[in-house]
Amino acid sequence: MRIPAAILTLITGMVLVLAGLWVGQNINLLPVDASANAPVYDELFKVLFSIGTILFVGIVGLIVYSLVRFRRREGDQSDGAAIEGNLPLEILWTAIPAVVVLFVGIYSYDIYDRMGGMAPLNDHSMHAMASKEHTWAGISPVSLDQDSGIAPLTVDVTAMQFAFIFHYPNAEITSGELHVPAGQPIALHMQANDVIHAFWVPEFRLKQDVIPGQPTLLSFTATRPGRYPIVCAELCGPYHGGMRSTVIVDEPETFQAWVNQNSPIASASDVTPVQS
Amino acid sequence: MTISLTPETQQPISLQPQGWLRYLSFSTDHKVIGLQYLICGFIFYLIGGALAGAIRTELLTPISDFLPRETYNEVLTLHGTVMIFLWIVPVVNGGFGNYLIPFYVGARDMAFPRLNAVAFWLIPPAGLLLISSYFIASAAQSGWTAYPPLSLSTPATGQIIWILSVLLLGGSSIFGGINFIATILKLRRPGLKLMQLPMYCWAMLGTSILVVLSTPVLAGTLVLLSFDIIAHTGFFNPSLGGNAVVYQHLFWFYSHPAVYIMVLPAFGLVSEILPVHSRKPLFGYTTMVYSIMGIVFLGLIVWAHHMFTSGTPPWMRLFFTIATSFIAVPTGIKFFNWLATLWGGRIALNTAMLFSCGFIVNFVFGGITGVALAQVPFDIHVHDTYFVVGHFHYIVYGGTVFVIFASIYHWYPKVTGRLLNEPLGKLHFLLTFVGFNLCFAPQHWLGLNGMPRRVAEYDPQFTLVNQLSSAGALLMALSTLPFLVNVVLSAFRGDIAGDNPWRALTPEWLTTSPPPVENWKGEAPLVHEPYGYGVAPEEVPLAATTGSELWRLGDPDRRP
Repeated sequence: MRIPAAILTLITGMVLVLAGLWVGQNINLLPVDASANAPVYDELFKVLFSIGTILFVGIVGLIVYSLVRFRRREGDQSDGAAIEGNLPLEILWTAIPAVVVLFVGIYSYDIYDRMGGMAPLNDHSMHAMASKEHTWAGISPVSLDQDSGIAPLTVDVTAMQFAFIFHYPNAEITSGELHVPAGQPIALHMQANDVIHAFWVPEFRLKQDVIPGQPTLLSFTATRPGRYPIVCAELCGPYHGGMRSTVIVDEPETFQAWVNQNSPIASASDVTPVQS
Repeated sequence: MTISLTPETQQPISLQPQGWLRYLSFSTDHKVIGLQYLICGFIFYLIGGALAGAIRTELLTPISDFLPRETYNEVLTLHGTVMIFLWIVPVVNGGFGNYLIPFYVGARDMAFPRLNAVAFWLIPPAGLLLISSYFIASAAQSGWTAYPPLSLSTPATGQIIWILSVLLLGGSSIFGGINFIATILKLRRPGLKLMQLPMYCWAMLGTSILVVLSTPVLAGTLVLLSFDIIAHTGFFNPSLGGNAVVYQHLFWFYSHPAVYIMVLPAFGLVSEILPVHSRKPLFGYTTMVYSIMGIVFLGLIVWAHHMFTSGTPPWMRLFFTIATSFIAVPTGIKFFNWLATLWGGRIALNTAMLFSCGFIVNFVFGGITGVALAQVPFDIHVHDTYFVVGHFHYIVYGGTVFVIFASIYHWYPKVTGRLLNEPLGKLHFLLTFVGFNLCFAPQHWLGLNGMPRRVAEYDPQFTLVNQLSSAGALLMALSTLPFLVNVVLSAFRGDIAGDNPWRALTPEWLTTSPPPVENWKGEAPLVHEPYGYGVAPEEVPLAATTGSELWRLGDPDRRP
């Protein structure tokens, strides 16, 4: 006895969904995660990867199946069935993508919220707004005091053709590389001197355009000690590809040692990186 | 390199020459103008492709060693501008639009034939101007997006020539758009209702609405940008009190709809090709029409998803995420309808069909990465990286360019009266499909792992994958050879096609191949059912049916 087509379709669909889930969970296309919001991002990526795989493999499968199964045989001059449409079917394939897209949108909103993107501007930048010009909230202006109670470390970032300059206002260190302690929130006060640049650390899953005339606050918490590239991601001139730097995530003690070693302030050991 | 591109230097003396010379003339025949667009566009495609080859050669190694850095930025700017404004937009709109729309509405020409010729003849000078800027001074170096302040600080001559060229091309596009709207709405043969038009008319109507609404915004923006450059005004210059983000809003208000200006006509062309070669009616005509209009509306309110990492407020990011994601719904409807059109058909596996199916596969992939990119947190990581480069090439090359090739294979017999060679065509498809996917699929991984776009040098860990991608680009370049050989040889030696080799029902096939001036010898045919293929499911033509099909029809589970 032949297996009814409906059951075959059902089984194919289930296999497809399982395969998509497996692919999303097990095939890793991303670099290591090194900031607090990177695992959250990776969670979203896995969901999108699974949904995308299911849809893509399903549609390609349908096309290949149709092309093989319904191919025209030599000498066949006949037509297919004159089916001009099917309203329930149309409603079905309008509703399913709408639901999927709505789910993805709400889910990514939730992810974005967890990454801190929807948080209202915290006191820190309100202060900046009052004192000088308007400071723009970066892509991830995590409420700096809600996280852990640890005071954030402030670093001033200046982007210019073709380098990033990092200045630690409390320790009075100026550096070409960004040193940060793991586990402490970092507040980057970014500004551009000439053209638009973008501050991107792939391992942090964070990117923020640095636009002249728009001082921008970007905050993150690094988690995994190591050296990661800082990449300029906005075309900024001939040496755009060479505009790179490094972020060095240290254990807090190592970081403090680095501060003590490099700070020009006499009693360097007194300098604790607190908020300005 | 550019000298061979100057058809207008050979202006004939007589007003309307006949023979091949009319293709170099100010002809007002819509078919001549359509072919002028197509051939002129293809020449620019070869130039843009050569520029892409230079980019992929530079990226073979992680250091900047093939081109000077400034030249590399000129090359990538020219590549983007040429491919968008001189190849895809003119060919899918002006080329196929001019050739087909008057047939489809049952007219003898476009509504404004002279405006039509003007619109075409703006393109060669604009293209030459753009290319010549490289030789005159230096071409623009700020990417096809020309974001200030970079575009204000790179060499001014090249940037100004770039602006002039894009303004001319935008003007051409607007003239074309007005002409299409007027032709489709006003020149329909009496008795032909809007809902009886072939789908490409609807696609062109939607596209032209987008052109007319959004291109003037780009023109105004570029005029302001040129003031900033020449007169040192401060519209977009932060150091003079301007705002660089305002430019981005205005630019993308055109340039996102531009994606639909490039893609909607392709949707229309595929909707013409699939029913003919699968011998079935277009599935869900009405929903297809509504989905085009849905895409037009949504396409106008999604531009800020290009700016998620610029300083935009959170509510704006949320709104544009949702709006962008929802474009997937009408687009998805179209794809499911095409799949349903194929289902149960008698599919001829010819080159036109293969390119159309290649389009569906590539575009679905690009659409899926597009929905992912619409999500703010996802976009934060991959914005301005090779992931985006891969994504939009899947849309514009894997989508539109595949459709352009499918359309050339489909309508070549109409234009020339001869068929293209099928084995060469299949070789062309195979090389293009494999080369394209080899070139652009790995770029998604590059972007996810840290390679930004528009760079001449990169982290050495990406070398191998970049070389793979360059190998794919080489295959794509090679794939052009069988195509060119095929098109040229078949024009003289191809099999005689007859008037209607595909047994198609749309009006352009109901005349001679090639069609006479003014399209039909007698009165234009009135086609109420452009997709009236197929037999009623109950009646089976016994003469042309195989045993297995009878068996299939007898089995209630497997009845199509």
